Amino acid sequence: MNAKYEAVIGLEVHSQIKTDTKVFCNCSTDFHSQPNTNICPVCTGQPGVLPVLNKKAVELLVRTGLALECRINKKSVFARKQYFYPDLPKNYQISQYDLPFAEHGKLNISVDGGVKTIGITRIHLEEDAGKLVHDIGMKKLDYSLADYNRTGIPLMEIVSEPDMRTPQDAAAYLTALKSLIEYLETSDCNMEEGKFRCDANVSIRPVGQKEFGTKAELKNMNTISGVEEALVYEIQRQIEVVENGGKIVQETRTWDPDEKVTKSMRSKENAHDYRYFPDPDLVPVILDDDFINKIKKDIPELPEKRKQRLISECGLSQYDANVIISDKALADYYETALETASKQSDNSGKQIANWITTELLGKLNSAKLTIKESPVKAENLGTLVALIIKGTISGKIAKMVFEDMFNDGKDPDTVVKEKGLVQISDEGAIVAICKEAVAESPKIVEEYKAGKERAIGAIVGLVMKKSKGKANPQMVNKILIDLLKQ
Amino acid sequence: MKISKKDVDYVAALARLEFEQKEEEKLTEQLASILGYVDKIKEVDTSKIEPTSHGFSGENVWREDTVVKSSEQTIESIFKNAPAKDGMFFKVEKVMDMED
Amino acid sequence: MNEIIKMTATELAEKIKTKQLKSAEVVQAFIKRAKETDSKIKAYMEITEEYAMAQAKASDEKIASGKETGALEGVPIAIKDNILIKNLRMTASSKILENYIAPYDATVIEKLKNSGAVFVGKTNLDEFAMGSSTENSAFFTTKNPWDTERIPGGSSGGSASAVGAMTAPLALGTDTGGSIRQPASCCGIVGVKPTYGRVSRFGAVAFASSLDQIGPMSKTVEDSALLLNVIAGYDKKDSTSINKEVPDYVKNINKDLKGLKIGLPKEYFIDGLDTDVKKSIDETIKIYKSLGCDIVEISLPHTDYAIAVYYIICCSEASANLARYDGVRYGFRAECDNLSDEYKKSRGQGFGPEVKRRIMLGTYALSAGYYDAYYGKAQKVRTLIKQDFEKAYEKVDIIMTPSAPTPAFKIGEKSADPLQMYLSDIFTISCNLAGVAGMSVPCGFSKDGIPVGMQLLSKYFDEEKMFNAAYKYQQATDFHKQFPRI
Repeated sequence: MNAKYEAVIGLEVHSQIKTDTKVFCNCSTDFHSQPNTNICPVCTGQPGVLPVLNKKAVELLVRTGLALECRINKKSVFARKQYFYPDLPKNYQISQYDLPFAEHGKLNISVDGGVKTIGITRIHLEEDAGKLVHDIGMKKLDYSLADYNRTGIPLMEIVSEPDMRTPQDAAAYLTALKSLIEYLETSDCNMEEGKFRCDANVSIRPVGQKEFGTKAELKNMNTISGVEEALVYEIQRQIEVVENGGKIVQETRTWDPDEKVTKSMRSKENAHDYRYFPDPDLVPVILDDDFINKIKKDIPELPEKRKQRLISECGLSQYDANVIISDKALADYYETALETASKQSDNSGKQIANWITTELLGKLNSAKLTIKESPVKAENLGTLVALIIKGTISGKIAKMVFEDMFNDGKDPDTVVKEKGLVQISDEGAIVAICKEAVAESPKIVEEYKAGKERAIGAIVGLVMKKSKGKANPQMVNKILIDLLKQ
Repeated sequence: MKISKKDVDYVAALARLEFEQKEEEKLTEQLASILGYVDKIKEVDTSKIEPTSHGFSGENVWREDTVVKSSEQTIESIFKNAPAKDGMFFKVEKVMDMED
Repeated sequence: MNEIIKMTATELAEKIKTKQLKSAEVVQAFIKRAKETDSKIKAYMEITEEYAMAQAKASDEKIASGKETGALEGVPIAIKDNILIKNLRMTASSKILENYIAPYDATVIEKLKNSGAVFVGKTNLDEFAMGSSTENSAFFTTKNPWDTERIPGGSSGGSASAVGAMTAPLALGTDTGGSIRQPASCCGIVGVKPTYGRVSRFGAVAFASSLDQIGPMSKTVEDSALLLNVIAGYDKKDSTSINKEVPDYVKNINKDLKGLKIGLPKEYFIDGLDTDVKKSIDETIKIYKSLGCDIVEISLPHTDYAIAVYYIICCSEASANLARYDGVRYGFRAECDNLSDEYKKSRGQGFGPEVKRRIMLGTYALSAGYYDAYYGKAQKVRTLIKQDFEKAYEKVDIIMTPSAPTPAFKIGEKSADPLQMYLSDIFTISCNLAGVAGMSVPCGFSKDGIPVGMQLLSKYFDEEKMFNAAYKYQQATDFHKQFPRI
């Protein structure tokens, strides 16, 4: 980036709150329903209807606010934000203006090996609009179609302070925010389904200048990398405008992911006149300490804390810990496996992590499955690792067992039993096989005795073959060495 | 109190209302007269007064998160009133970037 | 049959329940009367004969089979056409809803259905309840049954005229600034605006959300009390409805009034009050004295600002409430080829001049830069008006005033200057701003034989006291026993 200028970036995230029903009526929020089937007189804005607030939406928003270290306002008020659009049945959106639920929080992000604190200005509750369809397949329509299933789904609007300075900051912020919200289970954050959307405000100023430059609002960035790309482009564009003696216009620009440019939407001379006023149909919400403390208790362990705990309690490396906690479902899986294994043996923490990162994730990826869809249940992985630690099976055999577990969903004890894979650890039995193998390999014995120590490997191999891989490798090694000493 | 044509045009655009010229002239006069009258509230000292934004002094009115599906008949009745529809959608003139 | 139409709802309910009369013959009698008179008074948007006769039949069958019956079983009622009855047309007397069919029942309609009431028709109103004369109906003007050259009052002029002309013993109206009480006064009947929050607003077309209430209209006080028993009560679909038990408003209606303190606000008894009105009110005061009441002069010091405050608030709220009428999901859609025109032409052509005027006023009052001076300020003065009432009720039990500054004026007399029309609401408006209960009771006639009404105002949720004071007064007078010669 240009050394003369610095960028100032603020992000507005709209995240759909994970409730079963809409925020002001009892219609389902199901994403996969046919168009206009999750509708009712209230969310289609028929004459005479009135909104009734969904308590769970408030609870989940407050939970998010607490995790982002916001102050939860004692009194919160709903306001009408007025504008006309066909996806907005009442032609006003019930939102919040003066008294939002949460304010003045922060989120720490890791960038360039350090930690940056990004301020959260506010989080407020509002209803989502419907969907407009402008084309069917490749055919562009000369009219628009409206689907009101999405109208009324609760959104948290999370507004950051303009504390970000680079597109990388923005990407890190979004990644951290998304991860946190997924941990809190207050939103699905599925960006492809439009449940986690981001608009950016970006301006540039000469390095050292205190005042902010004129900002542009960027819309239509549908992935985190899209946000980053759009910001890179826009910052450069603004720099070029200024360098060429031009002025930045305050406007809304849309990101074109195909052409990889931002384009001006119809430039507005005035800021939007939304004519906010308190919604007379909805009474204020007063939240006391009891309510807030109850929600605080429900907050699960947050990613950063969980990571540190796994490192200290289970001896995981930074890398492994990072992988494990990156996805709450994965972290849950790990701890379930660990719990099962711990009942059967000690010190399984690192090994389980290893199995997950080297064996399980790869297989899941190829089969295009998520951890939640894993055919290997967490308890079973735990048992598998316990079997290795106890010496019931060898690491190599375990890999075979794991294959069966993954393909057939069986539990390890069953596989081991069915295939008779229990490791042979009986000294007498191993001695017998070893003696056989030694007797069958006179040439190799000679080489070994001549000083080629690595030749023992071939006899080990033979022992393993004879025992169908079940002989305890450490014992085999020891016994062979003893035998060959004679 | 005077209200300019520019003001009236601005407000009409916000409210998505179209007026014929004569209508608009008359309206401008009437609005000026009404606004002139309501201006009297400026006389009242409200420096220490809280606004009344609701008719009802309740708080924390909310409901459980339980799905209630509209009957097919209700959804049909909602669609019956649609001026234009296309399959399962409401049909409307093409949306250009139209937000105000 | 002449006798039937002169009976009160209380009498009819009793006679129908005890099988002295059949609901079918009662309903027939009123519908016949409606058809006979409606060409002259035009109270009805629609006489719903088929619907009513089916309901009457069902009531009669219920009674014949000994099943449990409701408080208004088989009794006819007319419904103002801004209240939704499922599958029936609901126009709000506007072109923009000319062909709209209601997809659901208002809560009051559900309650009425459960009580066994029979809907004989939808009555005319000022378009979207905006007006004081019913001259703003987009379809036709209703006439006063006492003099068809005079207004029936508004906005519930159709309901008032329907009851006044004996085409129904009961009606529902809505009251935002006096729209039940003033037409009741004009037509010589009883009209009640309950305390805000007493009756659910769900299913009544919203005009000004913080002021609207649905209320009863009838010939006698007892009938209105009976009707309020049925329609009042908590509704979980209306977040502004109060969760408080509904007393039996009829039970103590005949209590002795001795010692009741009645306040006369000096601001309402100014010099220059219409002589007919003054005469009737003076008589009323004498009657209350004879009933043992104490008459106390009180002051409501901010009365002078009530109209200004009201019009700012109601127009602001209305401008948002009427935004949904845009021809997209329902209602009139003008022929256009682009969305921008579609909005402004549909609304421009679909709404009448008074509605457009109020939307403009409201939009202006909420627009950028004007909120504090208009809407914000009006809400503060509203607090002062509320406090006036609260202070007054520390001194008195009930407040009494004239219902209107003059008896019903002639059609066309005030329609040229909207401000003149607004000023005629002076006595009824403060009641809505404060949220207290109010009712109009016939208290005399002008020299021209036009009804005059007096208004009683009780404090929050004290309708019992108000009905008691009205009932005893009505027992001591015979105005309710007089009928127009139409």
